[in-house]
Amino acid sequence: MWQITQQIFPYAVAFTIPLLITALGALYCERSGIVNIGLDGLMIVGSFSGGLSILLLQRAFGSSPWTIAVGLIVAMLIGGLFSLLHAFASINLQANQVISGTAINMMAGALTIFLARNITGSGNIRLPASLSKQNISILKDIPLVGPLLFRNTYATTWLVLLILAIFTFILYKTSFGLQLRACGEHPHAAAAAGIDVGRMRYIGVIISGAFAGLGGCIYLVTFSGEFNGSVAGFGFLALAALIFGQWKPLGILATTLFFGFASTVSNVSQVIPEFANIPLVFLKVFPYVVTLIALVIFSKSSQAPKAAGEPFDHAKR
Amino acid sequence: MNRKGLVSLIAVFLGLIAGAVFMLLTGHNPFIGFMFLFQGGTLTLERLGNTLATSTPLILTGLSVAFAFRTGLFNIGTPGQMLFGGFCATVVGLSSDLPSAVLVPLMVITGFLGGALFAAVPGILKAVFNVHEVVSSIMMNWIGYWIVYYTVKAYFTGNMETESRLLPNSATLRSPWLSNLFGGSYINLGLLVAILAVLIIAFILNQTTFGYELKSVGYNRHAAEYGGISVNKNIIFSMMIAGGLAGLAGVVQYAGNANNIQIGVMPTQGFDGIAVSLLGANTPIGSLLAALFFGLLYSGRGFMNAMTEIPPEIADTIIATIIYFAATSVLVERLLDKILKSRQATKKPLIDSAVQNTDNNNTNYGFMPPTEEEKENVPKGDE
Repeated sequence: MWQITQQIFPYAVAFTIPLLITALGALYCERSGIVNIGLDGLMIVGSFSGGLSILLLQRAFGSSPWTIAVGLIVAMLIGGLFSLLHAFASINLQANQVISGTAINMMAGALTIFLARNITGSGNIRLPASLSKQNISILKDIPLVGPLLFRNTYATTWLVLLILAIFTFILYKTSFGLQLRACGEHPHAAAAAGIDVGRMRYIGVIISGAFAGLGGCIYLVTFSGEFNGSVAGFGFLALAALIFGQWKPLGILATTLFFGFASTVSNVSQVIPEFANIPLVFLKVFPYVVTLIALVIFSKSSQAPKAAGEPFDHAKR
Repeated sequence: MNRKGLVSLIAVFLGLIAGAVFMLLTGHNPFIGFMFLFQGGTLTLERLGNTLATSTPLILTGLSVAFAFRTGLFNIGTPGQMLFGGFCATVVGLSSDLPSAVLVPLMVITGFLGGALFAAVPGILKAVFNVHEVVSSIMMNWIGYWIVYYTVKAYFTGNMETESRLLPNSATLRSPWLSNLFGGSYINLGLLVAILAVLIIAFILNQTTFGYELKSVGYNRHAAEYGGISVNKNIIFSMMIAGGLAGLAGVVQYAGNANNIQIGVMPTQGFDGIAVSLLGANTPIGSLLAALFFGLLYSGRGFMNAMTEIPPEIADTIIATIIYFAATSVLVERLLDKILKSRQATKKPLIDSAVQNTDNNNTNYGFMPPTEEEKENVPKGDE
């Protein structure tokens, strides 16, 4: 069993990381009071823009690692830019946030393939070189933990964990974080205290867009290796992880890890004797069913931001 | 023409302009592109029939989303319900050899029940545990996706890995008579199912007590409850009927337009239903018209792609842009208000309106922002 765990751990982490960063962005968005159902679309946009820039850079300069770093940054920028559409609709125009998010999803899926077809002909973008796995010296020799955490890891994993630590700190320990959370809980009180609710919500949405873009690009460079107009529903899964994790950073870390393991196990179950006898369909639906059960269990004590999904209207008090 | 219809038309217009801009930016001629796009869906009787057939599942998924919307529920679970309903009907069609006249109606009913069953889960979770239906529906979509995927693979696998066995012609909605009428198009009796569904749903919503109760729950849950309407019962029923309609979309897609079920893909018609409903202002007739328009775009894109270099995904891009403009219709409405007001202002003599204004409590000089009090008095558009 230990050996199996050791073998599937890197795959589970590779699955977890794009989910985690996307869910973290969504956490900022929803904590500021805007529901973002367009995560999937924003991930697709990040995957496309990052993938395209990596492709062009690698064609011009060869496949050195910095091309991927640039791709990740481009993905963040474009993701943040694209999320402005959602921010404008839901903050300035007080539109229905779920509908606006759905429009983002549809637009991202269609527009990126449209552009990709114009550029590559087939609509797919295949990366010449993906991100390579690395062992971290010294740490990799620690017994138990070393083989699990410090061998065969991606640099992006550590980047995302670092971002998670920083943004958890910002959310709970800075006045900015407090203000952002206030906008999601009680925007009128926040406005009365002199906080610009619209500005805070813009920041929340843009962070969400940037992180979802980053997540989409990480999905591309570590997990799929090819852009084909979708991210396999990762965005929706990230949304589920956010709710399952009860809008808390450590909660989403736990739930995304759970999703990562559950999916990896279902992918490799045929070669693991303990799981080989379970019909695949049970393993595949397992994470979703568990999420449904968790939704029921948490329904009484939901920690959802109280004002999430409600347009902020000065006149409504 | 009513106001909502006008707003929808403006959204369509803006979406088409956006499509033209995308064509221009990628170095294509938008006039030629649009010409082939619309010709592709209308040029011959056969193409017209195909356009109607493409629209059929969209009518039903749009109706599904619109119906749930009227009860204040956002049914984003249409892809899963459509898949599962279509799957149930396919199973019945593949495993029984009843005469066509019995089998096909049975399949339609099974499809409806399958979709309804699938949507009952988010409905019950919402009514009993107050779980948000959007999240639970998304979970149900993936649950449906995998259940159908593995069941078809295990028991009904066809020639290809990604589809089920073919349904015999007696177990589909196809009708040689209708196909011949439209020059050999794959149009089928599903269209009649869809139109019948539109009429029935319009009747339920507008003429029955049940429909009145559903709409009351949508307008204001608490007021409805105070008025003695069982909110929970209505939420569950509304979700189930919406799911059933999406299930019917599965039947007309997999046992009408196609004759087997595709696995490994979420049916795009599901999410498109949201677009259809939104553009159709959440009314049955509006959904019908919006679905016909989207069907036209979808069925013409192949022809356009064959005649020009424009990728077929331009149709999807246009639809998504229309939805964004429909979602931000507040902007359009504000603009309309301004135009209407400035027209009225120019019609009346200046002195007259000034006198009227001083008498009127609702002072609006056109150039001043409304006061807090006035803002509250502005009637909200019906949702």
